[in-house]
Amino acid sequence: MTPITANEKLKPVDAVTIGVGWTGALMAEGLTAAGLNVVGLERGGARFTVPDFQAPTIHDELRYSTRKGMMQDNTREPVTLRHAPDGVAQPVRRWSAFLPGTGLGGAGVHWNGQTWRFSPEELRLRSFSEERYGKNFLDADLCVEDWGISWADMEPYYSQFETLCGTAGKAGNLNGKIMPGGNPFEGPRSKEYPTPAMQQGYMDALFGKAAAGLGYTPFIQPSSNMTQSYVNPHGIRLNPCMYCGFCERFACEHFAKASAQTTILPVLLKRPNYELRVGAQVLRINLDSTGKRATGVMYADAHGRIFEQPASLVVLSSFSFNNPRMLLLSGIGQPYDPRTRKGVVGRNYAYQTMSTVEVYWDKDIVTNPFMAAGASGTVISDFAPTVFDTGPLGFIGGSYILGGTTNGRPIEYHPVPEGTPKWGRAWKEAVVRHYNHTGHVNVNGSSMPSWNNFLDLDPTYTDAWGQPVLRMTFDFPENDMRMSRYSHAKGKQIAEAMGGRAISEVIYGRPFDVTKYQTTHNTGGAIMGSDPSRSVVNRYMQSWDVSNLFIPGASCFPHNSAYNPTATLAALTLMSIDKIKSEYLKAPGPLVHV
Amino acid sequence: MTARGDEETTAPRVTRRAFTDAASLAGLMAVLGLAGPARGQSLRQLGPAGMQPAATDVGRIFFSDAEAAFIEAAVSRLIPAEGDGPGAIEAGVPNFLDKQLGGEFGGGARLFMGAPFDPAAIPQLGYQLPYTPADMFRRAIGAINRKLAESPFDKMDPDAQDTFLREQLEDGKIGELDGVPAKVFFDQLRELTVQGYFSDPVYGGNKDMVAWKAIGFPGAYAAFRDTVGRHGEAFAIGPYSLADHDKIPEPDMADMEKQR
Repeated sequence: MTPITANEKLKPVDAVTIGVGWTGALMAEGLTAAGLNVVGLERGGARFTVPDFQAPTIHDELRYSTRKGMMQDNTREPVTLRHAPDGVAQPVRRWSAFLPGTGLGGAGVHWNGQTWRFSPEELRLRSFSEERYGKNFLDADLCVEDWGISWADMEPYYSQFETLCGTAGKAGNLNGKIMPGGNPFEGPRSKEYPTPAMQQGYMDALFGKAAAGLGYTPFIQPSSNMTQSYVNPHGIRLNPCMYCGFCERFACEHFAKASAQTTILPVLLKRPNYELRVGAQVLRINLDSTGKRATGVMYADAHGRIFEQPASLVVLSSFSFNNPRMLLLSGIGQPYDPRTRKGVVGRNYAYQTMSTVEVYWDKDIVTNPFMAAGASGTVISDFAPTVFDTGPLGFIGGSYILGGTTNGRPIEYHPVPEGTPKWGRAWKEAVVRHYNHTGHVNVNGSSMPSWNNFLDLDPTYTDAWGQPVLRMTFDFPENDMRMSRYSHAKGKQIAEAMGGRAISEVIYGRPFDVTKYQTTHNTGGAIMGSDPSRSVVNRYMQSWDVSNLFIPGASCFPHNSAYNPTATLAALTLMSIDKIKSEYLKAPGPLVHV
Repeated sequence: MTARGDEETTAPRVTRRAFTDAASLAGLMAVLGLAGPARGQSLRQLGPAGMQPAATDVGRIFFSDAEAAFIEAAVSRLIPAEGDGPGAIEAGVPNFLDKQLGGEFGGGARLFMGAPFDPAAIPQLGYQLPYTPADMFRRAIGAINRKLAESPFDKMDPDAQDTFLREQLEDGKIGELDGVPAKVFFDQLRELTVQGYFSDPVYGGNKDMVAWKAIGFPGAYAAFRDTVGRHGEAFAIGPYSLADHDKIPEPDMADMEKQR
């Protein structure tokens, strides 16, 4: 890497966070509460519910959804993609398949608020698979790992995050007791959700009825879109959700979607020992001569001036796939090599495996698809990872199946039955005929890590600061395609029972199509574990190589669940904060010895 | 990587073709003793093709007369007037396309233009041409109009237009259009046409919200807390545009207060 020379060396601080999204804000809140002086470096701009997210301006599909108004500026920081280790990567020249955010609050501003816990056995997925199905069950290309934590470790922090957000839902397993109305397949929870579950839209209800009729157990999706006014433990008030249909890819104008802005920042920004700097593009984590200790970071401001910010503690809290990139740019940790399968930084990059079914009804069924919250919807978890027997089916993992929609914004959402031409009179008439008489079923599947899927630095393309961009090597493993075909058939069966005249379906498969939106749940690349030769961070998000560096975020997931990742990455961050406060600050150094 | 790729990476910029055309135009004008472009007038405003906007085109910022004739004819086949629902012309789609291509989108906003480019990459890796949308449209429409010089697209009967769009462009039989694969151009045209049909009228298409009215989308009105649970009832409010900001009914704040 080319050395970077600072124009100015700033006054040392106790801690610096690289990025101020969910993980950066959570960390800064915890560390400032412990008395540390913390600087938050955010590459994007400052933005707040008032005035930046206000209606009607925010209800602009073209600007925010089609033209990706809130997303990482890919003309300055693109990524490249190839489908196999021997391929040539091409730049993702427009965001489509996944949408990393930028700016204060990060991707946590444009998320939907779907607030899931993973299945308990997923935290020990390799052991679970070997115990249940034997050592030779998993496909040879998979590198499934245990996470190095247990459900008992995680549960209090899931509860803490739900309490921070005011998450709406109904417990399905309260301290081991199965509760009606909730998800019977969830791990035992210590507390009921803070607020009652969301309302069901019409298509949600039709899905629930059809799923129950087939013997499944539908429940309302857990949501951090508020169902009632809620004051969180920081004394910050959130307002009820309006089911506006402009949630994912948009910011909430009502203070109704949990985000750093609506749950943490109003308190954090008032603390004298916190300073937010926006337009601060971190280029490098600096190490001392031993390479074992971070001394701070180098960042460029909007004028291109380079600053060195010394810090005793560095938190790498950028968007999931930008975390491993920063490690590689900084020479921290052994880069993963797919030929030798040695090295750790970049390995276990995972995604999710999605499919959809649309249901078309007669004109007398009016579904109003635009009446939706980001995290409304009715779900079955009967086919979620580890909760049903996949041994005879020959795969590991699973899916949750959701009925409902997050929006009826018509540039993106204008489904037509199979066989409809792509343009012309027949297309137009089909759109007009079906728009308001259509239902949506989403099959949200897990993603297993493969030795062939990883992140590294691109040898050809550079970003606006002259640094190598991130290169993704990814395609769906065969395990996941088997899982997806099985789950999709279950989703289709429910869709067919919903009483429509016709359905249409899409399964996203190989080769991974970067032009079709699938999910922004990119995970891995700096995974957690209990063995430094197979992971980048320990169970407390602490770098094995550089003990004063913490790397929270979905980059730490050894595989990706079917469930949405935010609650899990936030819970792991909260667990890390507790450990930093209770042990690390008293005696800085490795928190786990091997 | 070739010099060509490097040369054509920085956006917005004047393409080599546009520069050549403009240079030859300037030479021609000098021979004829005419003045060159006025100071401050960009080559883009001048346009490489039509050059002299007609008096009726005062609203256009991007398309020349010849380009506009093709676009209007093409979008009126992609979303025709006949049958239920408005056509693309009634919905003002050509105006939307003109403003998008003449604006930051056309100039390559949010399109990474770093070299090298590999146009032969598989489609699942996405757009890999060294052209901004504005360049792409100018090249493709220019090539189509040159190929159809004898019988221009806009003078064909509708069935012949449909056949040309489907076979020559969508299926790609016509081949490359001045460096742009026909299908890439067709897909981009269709995508932008749908955007112009359904986006907020502030962008120049979906005139009078005709497309929203046809499908029953209420537009920028977006407060359904009271109605989401009323299953199967048609929703009668709206539509509203972003420009109707002073008319859009407020959410029921009394209900919100009750929730506290």
